[in-house]
Amino acid sequence: MHELPVQVSVNGRRYGATVEPRLTLADYLREKCGLTGTHLGCEHGACGACTVLLDGQAVRSCLIFAVQADGQDVTTVEGIADSDGALSVVQAAMRDCHGLQCGFCTPGFVTSITALLRDNPTPTDEEIREGLSGNFCRCTGYQGIVNAVKKAAESLR
Amino acid sequence: MKAAPFAYHRPDTVADAVALLGEYGDDAKILAGGQSLVPMLAMRLTHFENLVDISRVDELRNIDLRRDGRESRENTVWIGAGTPHALVGMDDEVAESVPLLNLSTPHIGHFQIRTRGTLGGAIAHADPAAEYAAVALALDATIEAVSPQGRRQIPASGFFTGLWETALAVDEILTAVGFPVWSGRCGFAVQEFTRRHGDFAIAGATVAVELDDQDMVTRCGIGLLGLGSTPERGTPAEEAIVGRPVTDITAEELGRLALSGLQYVPADLQGTAFYRTRVGATMVARAWTEATTEALHA
Repeated sequence: MHELPVQVSVNGRRYGATVEPRLTLADYLREKCGLTGTHLGCEHGACGACTVLLDGQAVRSCLIFAVQADGQDVTTVEGIADSDGALSVVQAAMRDCHGLQCGFCTPGFVTSITALLRDNPTPTDEEIREGLSGNFCRCTGYQGIVNAVKKAAESLR
Repeated sequence: MKAAPFAYHRPDTVADAVALLGEYGDDAKILAGGQSLVPMLAMRLTHFENLVDISRVDELRNIDLRRDGRESRENTVWIGAGTPHALVGMDDEVAESVPLLNLSTPHIGHFQIRTRGTLGGAIAHADPAAEYAAVALALDATIEAVSPQGRRQIPASGFFTGLWETALAVDEILTAVGFPVWSGRCGFAVQEFTRRHGDFAIAGATVAVELDDQDMVTRCGIGLLGLGSTPERGTPAEEAIVGRPVTDITAEELGRLALSGLQYVPADLQGTAFYRTRVGATMVARAWTEATTEALHA
């Protein structure tokens, strides 16, 4: 099928490739940009591992075709830390609170929590759990992740 | 889990999108937020030769209160089809004028789905468990559609024709939905039962009720979700209670009545039709109690 040029800005750097329209944004990031921090679990929008920020909004990159994101700004987990490599507040809190074990789901949690705390800096426990409900973790049992969100919210205050 | 090949079109206007549908007909599908369509494409449950992406059609992203008549009860909130759930859910005008939309938004998927999914997409997709579709039914909303033949309005009651099927023609685009504003002594509630938050509801109910000064029910709309091949309406319960004092029928009886007119209740791994019917009646009863409590204190 007819391929189309797609240019996106990812973590402040411009990338371009000519791709099939059916290529998802997730696959574009991983295969065309070499940014493999965005993980693919279910590939139908349930697990949340592929969550990235598209023009600042948390979205499933497996449910968006790369052609749809042409000309837009993407932030992946690689763009969350400072340019000198210092962990973001959310990342540091995830480490401190044992919010990860195998790490497969972690990129989706980090991007989701980053958006969550930006939009709601003082979430209640219920809001934290509701905010995390779109990301699956099969190791931690979530308690460490919930604590990480609380700690990050306190640190950001 | 990758979609089969398709050709991609991204029109900037409704007119261009409609022209593309006119050209490709059955071989084309509108891609709005894609939060239902893309998984279905990835799982190869469906396929279209052409996808017409309307996510950058700016004229479809708006929320507009229209004062249609002299009385405030004749007002309508028109929401552009391309408006994302997240914007519907945080809009002050919507929260004030059509509380059912505001109350149902948190039940739709997860916040990362609501940033992308659109109100028009949810209604055009016509999933039986779609919250906004049940709200549209309960409030007698009006659906506006545009085709090469022009613009028309379809009452929500005649819009949902079967599982994922609607009254839209193949060359027609859903452009906006008009939700009537209930501004009297009203109460609203949404209740859903799901195994996990954000899942498709096993059963759910959206209830709107309006009372007069003597606590008589003057208007009542009950939308049902997950309880048929389309979103449904609890008509027998509405007919039983309108014109009577609000306390005349118990919430449990009203729930039972609301489900009594359903021709078909789905059964799947999550439960039998009997189980769903019982859960649905309970959801109606809870929503009814919540909505009437609010109205009585309004």
